[in-house]
Amino acid sequence: MTTLSIQLVNLFAAFLLLLAFAMLAQRRVLTLVNLYALQGLTVVAATTVVAHMTHQEHLYYSAILTLLLKVILIPWVLHRLIKRLNVRWDIETLINIPSTMLVGIVLVVFAFNLALPISKLSTSVVPGTLGIALACILLSFMMMITRSKALPQVIGFLAMENALFFAATSATYGMPMVVELGIALDVLVGVFILGVFLFQISEQFESLDIRNLENLKEE
Amino acid sequence: MLNMRAIDLVLWVIGAWIALGLLGILALHRFALVARVFFPLGAIGGLVLAFAAIRLLGSGMVDTKQLSLGLPQLPFHLRLDALSAFFLLVIGVASFGISLFAAGYFRAGEGTAPGLLCLEFHFFLASMALVLLADDAYAFMVAWESMALTSYFLVTANHRLPKIRAAGFLYLLIAHIGAIAILLCFGVLQANTGDYTFANMRVQNLSTFWASAAFLLAFFGFGAKAGILPLHVWLPEAHPAAPSPVSALMSGVMIKMAIYGLLRVTFDLLHLHIWWWGVVLLVLGLTTAIFGVIFAAVQVEMKRLLAYSSIENIGLLFTAMGLALLFRSYGMNTLAALALTACLYHVLGHALFKSLLFLTTGSVLHATGERNLGRLGGLIRFMPWVAWLALIGILASSGLPPFSGFVSEWLLLQSFLFTPGLPQPFLNMLIPIATASIALTAALAGYAMVKFFGVVFLGQPREEKLSEAHDAGVFEKIGMGWLALLTIGLGLAPNSILHLIDPVTRGLVGVGLAHPASANGWWLLTPTSMVRASYGPLYFLFGVVAAVVIAFVLVRLLYHARLRRSAPWGGGHPWRNSRMQDTAEGYGQPIRQIFEPFFHMDRHLPRPDDNEPEYHVVVTDKFWEGIYMPIARATEYISAKVGKLQQGRISIYLLYSFVTLIVILLLVPTARR
Repeated sequence: MTTLSIQLVNLFAAFLLLLAFAMLAQRRVLTLVNLYALQGLTVVAATTVVAHMTHQEHLYYSAILTLLLKVILIPWVLHRLIKRLNVRWDIETLINIPSTMLVGIVLVVFAFNLALPISKLSTSVVPGTLGIALACILLSFMMMITRSKALPQVIGFLAMENALFFAATSATYGMPMVVELGIALDVLVGVFILGVFLFQISEQFESLDIRNLENLKEE
Repeated sequence: MLNMRAIDLVLWVIGAWIALGLLGILALHRFALVARVFFPLGAIGGLVLAFAAIRLLGSGMVDTKQLSLGLPQLPFHLRLDALSAFFLLVIGVASFGISLFAAGYFRAGEGTAPGLLCLEFHFFLASMALVLLADDAYAFMVAWESMALTSYFLVTANHRLPKIRAAGFLYLLIAHIGAIAILLCFGVLQANTGDYTFANMRVQNLSTFWASAAFLLAFFGFGAKAGILPLHVWLPEAHPAAPSPVSALMSGVMIKMAIYGLLRVTFDLLHLHIWWWGVVLLVLGLTTAIFGVIFAAVQVEMKRLLAYSSIENIGLLFTAMGLALLFRSYGMNTLAALALTACLYHVLGHALFKSLLFLTTGSVLHATGERNLGRLGGLIRFMPWVAWLALIGILASSGLPPFSGFVSEWLLLQSFLFTPGLPQPFLNMLIPIATASIALTAALAGYAMVKFFGVVFLGQPREEKLSEAHDAGVFEKIGMGWLALLTIGLGLAPNSILHLIDPVTRGLVGVGLAHPASANGWWLLTPTSMVRASYGPLYFLFGVVAAVVIAFVLVRLLYHARLRRSAPWGGGHPWRNSRMQDTAEGYGQPIRQIFEPFFHMDRHLPRPDDNEPEYHVVVTDKFWEGIYMPIARATEYISAKVGKLQQGRISIYLLYSFVTLIVILLLVPTARR
C-alpha cells in the first residue's frame, strides 16, 4: 500500500515537472490557464494520496480547499479576465523558447543538487519530491522573467505558489492548517488585486505589455 | 530647593527648559509672551545651572543618578563630576546672557514662528546640559544627536533662503558623520562586553591598537563638531546663516561640548595615554589655529570673520589639550595640569567673549541690516553701548591684558616653555616652532580683531542709512553687559577661576593648580613658582588706567586742551569722502599677500581707464576644492552607476531577485559545511 502511494506521489511529482516545462514553453494564454488548472489538480491528487498514506485528516481539508480555489475559482477568474481584456492572442517571450528550455534544464539539475542533502535529512517517505518542487518553483520564476505580458506573469506567480504548496505537502507532510488557510487567502486576494491592476494597466496603455511600464522610471 | 543635590538641581533646570519649550508651542504666535517672559525665564535657568555647577565644584563630590527613560531595560545613567560641572558652568553663564539678549533680539514675523524658536532654543540648551550629564553611550548619543538636530533647526530659522538651507544641510551632514565616528568610538571602548556605561568603559584595558583606534575615532567625531581642520567648513557657513543669539550659543557653547567629549574620552575613559596622540592634537590644533586666524583676517563679512576666529580658538584649545596629553603620557602630571588649566580657562573665556561678539554683530545687523564690513563704519557714535561692549570682547579676543584671553594664552605659553623637559629630542625640536606659531596666532588674532572693530565702529559711516542706526534695547544691553562684566572679571581674578578648575584637573590628571597659583597672594597668578613666572592682572589694570589718566591730564592741562576736528591726512586729494577710508579688503591685503598659498582667490581688478571701476575679490578655502568636491563628485559618480540598476523593466527586477535567490541557494551548502 505504502509503496504504491509513494510511487503515485512520485508520478504526480514527475507530472508536475512536465507541466512546469509545458507552461514555460506555452505560447497561448488560454492554454496556459488550462495548464495551471491541471497543475492545481495534480497537486490536489498528490495531497490526497499523502493524506491517505499518513492518515492526516487536515490534509484532506487542504486538498478540498486547493481544489475549490486553484482548480475552479482562480482559473475561472482568469478566463473571465482574458475574455474581458481580450488578450487571447499569442504571447511574446523575451527570450526564445528553446533557450528558455535549456536554461530550465540547468535549473532542474541545480535544484536536484540542492535538494539532495536536504532530502537525506528529512523524515519524508517520498524522497526526491523536494527536488522536483524546488525545480518547479525556479521554473515558474523563470517564466515570470521571460514573459513580457502581465497576465502570464500572474500565472507564473500562481504556479510558483502551487509548487510551494506541493513542496510543503510532499516533503514535510503539510503545514499547520492556519498557515495553509493564510496562504490560500493571500493567493485569492493577490489574484483579485492583480486583476484590478491588469484592468488599470490595460486601460492606461491600451495594452498589457509591461514594457510600457518602463516609462514610469524616474529620469 | 537649593539644598537638593547638584545633579537634581541640574535635572530640574533641564526639565524647566523642556517645559518652557513646550509652552512655546502652545503660544506659537504670541510674540510678546514668548520673547518677554519665556526667554528671561530660560535665562534664570542658566543662572541656577551655574550655581549648581559652582556648588559641586566647591564640594568636589560626584553625583550619580539613573533615569528610567527611553527604552525598557536601558535607563539613562547620569553622573555629575567636576569636569561636567565646569562645562555646565560654561553653559550656565553664557546662556544667561544669550537668553536675555534673545529676549530682546528676535523680532516678530522673521522666519520661524517665535513659539517654535523658543522650543528649539530651550531644547538645544537642555540637550547640551544632558550631554554633560550622560554617563552611558546611549544617553550621550541621544543628547548629542538632539543637540545637533535642534541646532540645525535653529540655523535654518530663516529657511526660506536657499543659501541658509544649504548651510544647514552642510552642518547637519558633518555633524552626522562626526556622530557616526563617536558611536564607533564607544563601540571600541566597550571592548565587546556589551555594556555601554561609561563606568564599564573606564575599567576596560584596551590594547594599544584599539585604544589608538578609539582615540582617533573620538578625535574625528568630536573634531567635526568643534571645527578642526579639515572638518571646519560648516562653521563659516552655518554661523552667518543662523540668527545671532544662535551663533553665539553654537560658537560660544556648543563647540565646547566637543572639547568636553574629547577630554572625557581621552582623560577619563581611556586608561592609556600615548605620546603621539598628543602630537596629533598639537599639530592639527596649531594648523587649525593659524589657518583660522589667517582666514579671519581676510574676511569681509562680520559673522564669517568671527566664525573663522572661532576656528582659531578651537585650534588653540586642541593645542593645549594635546600638550596636556603629551605631558601626561610622560607622567609629568603637574605640567599636564597646567596645560589643561590653560585649555579650560580658555573654554570659559572664549565662551564669554565670543558670545559677546556674536551678540554685538546681531545688534549691528538689526540696527543697520548690513553684515558686509564694506558698508559699515562709524557706528560708535550711533550705538555707543554696543561699541564699547564689543571693544571689551575684542580686547579679550586679541589676548590683551588685563582681559580673560590674555590669562589663558599666557598659561598656554607658560606650559609650552616647560616642554624642553620632555624626554624626546624629536619633540623638543618641534616645540619651538609650535611656540612661535602660538605667538603668531595671537598676534594675527589681534590684527583680525582690530580690523573688525575698526571697520565696523570707527571712522566715518560708509553708507547714508547708517546714521539712522539705533542702539541696542534694554534686554540686549543687559545680556551683553553680563557677558562683558564676566569677561573683565575673568581677566582680573584668575585665581578664583583657578579654584574652580582645580577639582577638574585633580580629577583628570591628579594634580590641581589652585594652591600653588595663589601661594603668593590672591592678586598674583603664579602657576608654577614665583621664580619662573607670575602675572598680576591688577597691576596691569593699574598701569593701563594710570597711563590713560596721565596722558589725558597731560593733554588737557599742559597741551592746548581744545577739541579739534580735522582731517588726519589729506593724501593730496582736493576732497575726501567716507569711501576713501581703509576698507576691510584693504586692511586684509597684506595678509592676503603674505599667505597667498593658503587661499584660493578669485580677483577682479578694474583697468585704470575704467569709468565705473569695480573691484571685488572672493577668497575661498582650498580645502573645499581639494577635499570636499572630489568626495562629492565621487559620490555622484557612484550613484549614477548604481542608478543604472534601476531599469524600469519588471523582468529585469525579477531577474535581480532570481539571481539573488540562486546565489544564496548556492551559498547554502558551503555555509552548512
